[in-house]
Amino acid sequence: MSSAVQPAVSATGSVSIRTVRPDDLEAVIRLDEAITGAAKPAYWAKLFAEFEAASDPTLSFLVAEMSGRVVGFIAGEVRAVEFGSDACGWVFGLDVEPGLRVKSVGTKLFDTLCDRFRAAGVSKVRTMLARDNDLVLAFFRSLGMMAGPFIQLEKDLD
Amino acid sequence: MRLQKATMCGLYAALELAAHADQQISAAEIADKYDISLNHLAKVLRTLVRAKLVESVRGAGGGYRFCGNPKRITLLDVIELFENVSADEPDASQVEAEEKRALDSVLQEIDHITVTTLRSVSITTLLNIMEKQRRGGASAPAERPARRGAVGGE
Repeated sequence: MSSAVQPAVSATGSVSIRTVRPDDLEAVIRLDEAITGAAKPAYWAKLFAEFEAASDPTLSFLVAEMSGRVVGFIAGEVRAVEFGSDACGWVFGLDVEPGLRVKSVGTKLFDTLCDRFRAAGVSKVRTMLARDNDLVLAFFRSLGMMAGPFIQLEKDLD
Repeated sequence: MRLQKATMCGLYAALELAAHADQQISAAEIADKYDISLNHLAKVLRTLVRAKLVESVRGAGGGYRFCGNPKRITLLDVIELFENVSADEPDASQVEAEEKRALDSVLQEIDHITVTTLRSVSITTLLNIMEKQRRGGASAPAERPARRGAVGGE
C-alpha cells in the first residue's frame, strides 16, 4: 500500500491529521458514542493515559481535525509475541463522523497510522472487527487489507 | 468454494465491464477473452442488465457498459443474481440427529465467513487487487500459519 496521503477535502475545508491532545478526549468519546451507541469514557481515558505515558512510539493515537473540530480518530499499537505473531501494527479503533465518510478522512488516518508503524519498524498491519460490520469491513478491504493467517475463536463461559 | 459456471461468467463480465467503464464492450469480446459460449454469456448479461449493473448500448459500436457503482457493488451482489450462497439457518424441525446438528454448526461457520468475505469485497476493491497483482505485489492472503499458539502454546 502506498504511504502517499492525498488531501482529504470536504465542503468546509481540508482535514489534517495530528497526534491526540488532552482537550480532544471529550470529542473522541462523543464521536465514538455517536457511532457505536455505547459510551466508553473510562476506556478512552485509560487509552489516552497509556498513550501519554508511553515513552516509545509503539502506541499511536491520532485525530483528524477539520476547521478546528475533531471529525475522526484512529488508535493503534505495535504488538509482538502475542498469538505467536511477529511484531506488527494493530488498529484497534477507528471512527469518522458519518457525514464526512467517503471523503478519504478514514484513509488519511489509516495511512498516517501506517507511516507511524513503519517508523516503529514493522511491515504488517492487522485489525479485527465484527463480522456484520459491513461498512468498516469494506473500508479496510478497499485499503488492500485481506484475511490473515489467524482465526479468532471464542466460547461462552458457563 | 466452487461457484456455478453462470456465476463465474457474471463475475467476469461485471469485472471486465467495470474495468473499462468508459467503453462499450461487445458480448463477443467478453466471450472470447474468457472462453465462454456466446449464448451462455448472453443469458448472463441479460441478468446483469435486469439487475441494473450493466446496460446494453445499441447501434454501431454498441455493446455493454457497466452502469452500477463499483465502489458499492460487492461480489456477493453479483453472485446472488445467479445462486444462493447464504448460510442456511438450521431448521429445528428437520434436525434429526445431534451429530447432524453439530456438523451443521461447523458448516454454518464456514458459510458465514464465506458470505462475510464476499460481501466485503467491492468490484473496485477486486479491480485494485488485480492491479496490484499485475504490478507484481503481494497476490494472495498470507498462507503462512502462525508458528505457535497464544501464550507460548504449541
